[in-house]
Amino acid sequence: MLTKRIIPCLDVKDGRVVKGIQFVSLRDAGDPVELAAFYDQEGADELVFLDISASHEGRETIVDVVQAVAGSLAIPFTVGGGINSLADMKKILRAGADKVSLNTAAVLRPDLINEGSDYFGAQCIVIAIDARYDEELGSWRVYTHGGRKPTEWEVIDWAKEAVTRGAGEILLTSMDCDGEKQGFNIALTKAVSEAVSVPVIASGGAGNAEHFQEAFEEGKADAGLAASIFHYKETSVKEVKTFLKQQGVVVR
Amino acid sequence: MIGIVDYGMGNLFSVSKGLERLGADSFISDDPEELSKATGIILPGVGSFRDAMSLLEKQKLDEFLKKYVAGGGYLLGICLGMQLLFDESEENGPAKGLSLIPGKVVRFTGMDANEMTYKVPHMGWNRLEFKHVSPVIEGLEEEHVYFVHSYYADTDESYITASATYDVEVPAIVGKGNVFGMQFHPEKSGQMGMSLLKNYLTLVEGKGEA
Repeated sequence: MLTKRIIPCLDVKDGRVVKGIQFVSLRDAGDPVELAAFYDQEGADELVFLDISASHEGRETIVDVVQAVAGSLAIPFTVGGGINSLADMKKILRAGADKVSLNTAAVLRPDLINEGSDYFGAQCIVIAIDARYDEELGSWRVYTHGGRKPTEWEVIDWAKEAVTRGAGEILLTSMDCDGEKQGFNIALTKAVSEAVSVPVIASGGAGNAEHFQEAFEEGKADAGLAASIFHYKETSVKEVKTFLKQQGVVVR
Repeated sequence: MIGIVDYGMGNLFSVSKGLERLGADSFISDDPEELSKATGIILPGVGSFRDAMSLLEKQKLDEFLKKYVAGGGYLLGICLGMQLLFDESEENGPAKGLSLIPGKVVRFTGMDANEMTYKVPHMGWNRLEFKHVSPVIEGLEEEHVYFVHSYYADTDESYITASATYDVEVPAIVGKGNVFGMQFHPEKSGQMGMSLLKNYLTLVEGKGEA
C-alpha cells in the first residue's frame, strides 16, 4: 500500500538554506547538503528546495546546490523557484533533481507545462498553486508572484487545466492558513484532491502531527509539506510519523 | 566497472552518484563499443517508452543490449529502463520493446474494481512483497521503496521477484536469467535502495572474477 508522504521544505537563498538556524547540532546550518542528510535520517520521504534568491547571480547557484544534494541524498527531491523555461528545467533536472515545481511561470504561459511534461514526463512536473479564498469568487483564487498577484484563475479550474496539460503532481499552498499553525486548509485540499487524478501535496498551516492526519484522512492529501515547524524543531518528521502510525495512517 | 547507458533520457546523474556512494566504479556512455567493456550494465530511464526505444535504436543500443545479454552479461533496467526490457508497451500507441523478458507494459486504469478512482501516477513509497528468491533481494527484508510511474509490466508471475500493491499487483523487481528490472528507483529509495543496488553489484563482481 502506498504510504502518505511527509515533506520538509527548505528555502534556499544564494545557494544557502535560510531559516535553518535551530539546528545547532549541525556544523553548518546553512549547508543544503547537511540539512538534506539530516532530514533523510529523520525519515523524510522527500524534500522540496525552494529557491528564493532575488538576483540572477543568486539563482545561478541553485544548480550547484542541486548537484551537491543529488550526490549525497538517497531520497527524491523537488526544486522550485525561478524556473521559467524548458532550459531552466533541463538545467535543474540534469543536475540531479527528481522534479521541478512551476508556479508563476506556468500561469503566465501554461504551454510550459506541456513542454516540460512532453520532454521529461509528467512525473517530473509539479505545479505549485498558491490559493487564497475569495468572497467575490465564492471559491479559492490562484495567486502568483509569491502570493502578491491575484490571477483570473479559480484554483480547481487551474489545477484541472494543469493536469490536462501534463502536471504529475499538485503542490497546494493555502495562503489563508500559511504561517498560522492551525492546521492545513482541509476544505481546499479535499476539493482539489477530489478534482484531479494526480497526487496532491497539502501545504500551509501545519502546526503539529494531528494536522497531518487531518490532511490525509479528511483532506484526502497524498503528502503533507511543512517548513518552519520542522526547522524550528516544534516537532520532527520522526515524531509526526510515529504519531501517524499509531493512528493507523500508513507511513514509511 | 558498471556501464550506464546514456540514450538521452533519464536521471543518469543520480544513478551514477548512487553507485559512487557504494564505492563502485561506473561510467556513462552512449557508445556500444565502450559499453561492451563493462562488467555489468544499468539501463536507466524516465520519460516515454516510444521516445526511449527510438533513441536506443538510433544509437544501435538496442542491438548491443540484446547481444550483451546473450553473451551472459548482466543487465539491470530501472523504471522506464525496466519497462523497455519487455515485448511492448501501450504508451502513446503500441511500441516494441527489447523483448528480453516476456510481457507487455500497460497503463494503470485509474479505476478500481468498485469503480472508485485512484491516483495515477503511482507516486511515492510502497512496500515490496517478495515472491521468489533472487540474488538481488538476498539478505533483505520487505521494506518501502520509491515508485513513480503510470505504466506497469503485465508479465508472468514466474518473472516477478517482488511486487507492490497499488490496485493491481505491480511487478516491482523482475528477473530472467542475467536480466533484471526494478520498477521503482533504487537510487532514490534510501537504505533499502542502496542495498538492492549493492546486491546487483555483488552479482556483477562475482561474474567479473569468474
